[in-house]
Amino acid sequence: MFGPSEMEINLGPQHPSTHGVLRLKLKLDGERIVHTDPVIGYLHRGCEKLGEDRTYLQTMVYTDRMDYVAAFSENLVYIEAVEKLLGVEAPPRAQYMRVVLAELQRIASHLLWLATHALDIGAMTVFLYTFREREMILDLFEAYCGARLTLSAVRPGGMYQDFPEGFADETRRFCDILPERLDDYHQLLTTNRIWRERTQGVGVIAGDVALDYGVTGPCLRGSGVDYDIRKAIPYSVYPELEFDVPLGSTGDTYDRYLCRMEEMRQSRRIVLQALDQMPDGPIQTKVPKRIKPPKGEVYHVNEGPRGELGVYLISDGTESAYRCRFRSPCFVNLQALPEMAQGHLVADIIALIGTLDIVLGCIDR
Amino acid sequence: MSDNDTNHDDVQVPEPVPPRSLVRLREVRGDDLQEVEEGEVPIVRVKPERIEDVCRFLKEDPDCRMELLSDLSGVDMIALDRPEPRFDVVYHLFSLASGERMTLKAAVGENEEIPTVSTVWRTANWHEREAFDMFGIRFAGHPDLRRILMPDEFDAHPLRKDFPLEGRAKDHGYWRRPEDERGRSES
Amino acid sequence: MRDALVSNVLVPFVQIVVMVSVLMLGVAYLVLLERKIIAYMQVRLGPRRVGPHGLLQPIADILKLLLKEDIMPSRVDRLVFFVAPIILLIPALIAFAVIPFSGDSFSVFGVEITPWVTDVNVGLLYLLAIGSLGVYGIVMAGWASNSKYPLLGALRSAAQMISYEVPLGLSVISVLMLAGSASMVEIVRQQGEQGVWFAFWWPYPQFVGLFLFFVAAVAETNRAPFDLPEAETELVAGFHTEYSGMKFAFFFLAEYMNMILAACVVTILFLGGWLPITFGLLPREPLSTFLLGPALTGFMWFFIKVFLVLFVYLWIRATFPRYRYDQLMRLSWKWFIPMALIHVMVTAVVILLKG
Repeated sequence: MFGPSEMEINLGPQHPSTHGVLRLKLKLDGERIVHTDPVIGYLHRGCEKLGEDRTYLQTMVYTDRMDYVAAFSENLVYIEAVEKLLGVEAPPRAQYMRVVLAELQRIASHLLWLATHALDIGAMTVFLYTFREREMILDLFEAYCGARLTLSAVRPGGMYQDFPEGFADETRRFCDILPERLDDYHQLLTTNRIWRERTQGVGVIAGDVALDYGVTGPCLRGSGVDYDIRKAIPYSVYPELEFDVPLGSTGDTYDRYLCRMEEMRQSRRIVLQALDQMPDGPIQTKVPKRIKPPKGEVYHVNEGPRGELGVYLISDGTESAYRCRFRSPCFVNLQALPEMAQGHLVADIIALIGTLDIVLGCIDR
Repeated sequence: MSDNDTNHDDVQVPEPVPPRSLVRLREVRGDDLQEVEEGEVPIVRVKPERIEDVCRFLKEDPDCRMELLSDLSGVDMIALDRPEPRFDVVYHLFSLASGERMTLKAAVGENEEIPTVSTVWRTANWHEREAFDMFGIRFAGHPDLRRILMPDEFDAHPLRKDFPLEGRAKDHGYWRRPEDERGRSES
Repeated sequence: MRDALVSNVLVPFVQIVVMVSVLMLGVAYLVLLERKIIAYMQVRLGPRRVGPHGLLQPIADILKLLLKEDIMPSRVDRLVFFVAPIILLIPALIAFAVIPFSGDSFSVFGVEITPWVTDVNVGLLYLLAIGSLGVYGIVMAGWASNSKYPLLGALRSAAQMISYEVPLGLSVISVLMLAGSASMVEIVRQQGEQGVWFAFWWPYPQFVGLFLFFVAAVAETNRAPFDLPEAETELVAGFHTEYSGMKFAFFFLAEYMNMILAACVVTILFLGGWLPITFGLLPREPLSTFLLGPALTGFMWFFIKVFLVLFVYLWIRATFPRYRYDQLMRLSWKWFIPMALIHVMVTAVVILLKG
């Protein structure tokens, strides 16, 4: 059970850097990690059960609170699944609006990831700089729908209101500022010797092993596997937009870091294209007030900032879903943590939790 | 077909082609399948005891290569008028190479077991733990079948249709202090 | 008899009292300075409500720590738990006995008071020896806390401090050779006589020595980027997790006092101590000497230089991520010690060739 110098340590649910209530039971041999056992469920709120009781529109509000850092992506995947069940499609203007907001959400989520990841490894200043940019995005969200974090901005069939006056200009202004700020972060971290020593070679996971674990998103792309749902199973108006998908090569923390930094640049590119290409027109298809999709089921996936967000809905013809299952990318990515942490030191666990970019709300639902 | 379109006489709308993986699956493992529903994403009902072999075939066959198990979830079918066998385990697969998707379903009863697919895809490990936790579905051969979201000592399966949404009365106030307990019993 | 009593008992006593009180106040305000400087580097303002620009914040902090409940967990080793902070603080204080704050003595009521408590002719050795005593306090704190995180933190810290003692000691050998004496006062006097600070010594400026000593000092004082033993995000708080109230205040004080000590030593050894900043152009006795008098002038220059070194300390904290423990050790043993040895040899050869 325990070797002569083995010790079990608890990185408890209350810890400054577990990004939420995550408990890790570490078995250590001196300072090396022999075994990791994540214990989750401290934030389980029964969203799936609630989805079976509330109407479709009411459940959308719960999706905000699940992955609270990428609320819009979670909303979007759920509403698109409902639209598939209903058999309606949102008009083009609404789809472009959705893309703009989704990509802004992706940038905001990655900025938060960078802040907490750098803070855990010790670079405190990056945290405050990224939050300065994130504030600008949250102000944009607030201008659109009144909420900064839990947006609930989508409706089945389209969007509930158009962009306010000046929204596009403000967004463009933000997109102008972003590249030089990203260069600042690169200057502070990418070539920094200490950062590289902390992240290169840490948490290496091979591409096929990662795929076997179901890991998706930047964690998978950092290992060199080209799987981005926006390109593989395109949804919304992504086929009309031009962007690259950054891939890593070694699958260590440094590659995942570079992937996410580059993704921010690509998201900015998408936002500018979408703003340029956005047509005029209606923003909402006619959808009955009380949504009662016909009997059927759908499994819809979406590329969230953390990976593949999925919703599996079974409709029995009533106002509430029969089964409302949320496929959470963080839940699946966390499963790969013991594999990545094998043989590393305790100090690396912190870097690994940061690089997986977990949000406990998403894991526990 | 295209009977209603009057101005498309010269264009033949092609028949929807079933995905290659489905064709291969029918060829090689036709006996293990119970029912196939075609569509954008084919839904294939598999005999529960053969699920692991079917999954392994789908993963390893060079024409299918369903390397990603996207999601594995349980569904309580009792309120959809199928009390026996009670649960459905639903597998959503995706192939990166061909871009094809497939959904597998396997029925399992309340006190029966279904083979685990965690030997085929390691990701199934936690998904199956969650299905066990939420529904009570037992997976034969699972390396570590214990609760994942609910506390270990919890004695019911919350996502079953007969578990109330607000929780049972005895679960409320889980960590009650002894003085509150005394106060409750007195009133 | 009376003169001997005054000069050997009363004067040192007064010096010690003044020095300790000024140091304590200095440490308190160093904490505020750190918070303000790091805040401005991070696009925010730092403490600003308690007094104008937060200047009374240290008073508030001291009051808070004094009035906090002193929690002693039930399963700790009581004596060791109690004694550990004291053992950590005392070496930091007594090391200041050999630090010269200025060059010339001043007379008060006819009694001559030197700007250093004592001028031992092995001052440098004394400093190195006393500095290494601090490790005991940390190890005792970690052990007595009877908890895994403090234990890990204490062991790491002890290993780190012991490893960095070696480059610390090696990097000052060159200064010893250049000054010809281990007395701190003599070292600065030699820099004055040779007309150049040892950091800019010609033909081989001691930049390598300065760099090594400074980085080793940062590691010795458990400051970023070598602050893994007490890193918040990794081990909750390392060896002082279980401490609260005044005992925690002692740890805090000891850390910042060590910082000031390290900055003072860097200034004395490499940056010319109390000598004026003249860039080799201005006359050796600038205007300030006439305004303030020689002793105070020396003190002013010393203070400016120490402040600059402390600023670099804080700047590094705001900028760099943290080294992992094994990387830290590897840095010391595989990089710094060879560098220090080579540096000493080069200095020795240059001295030999020069004269």
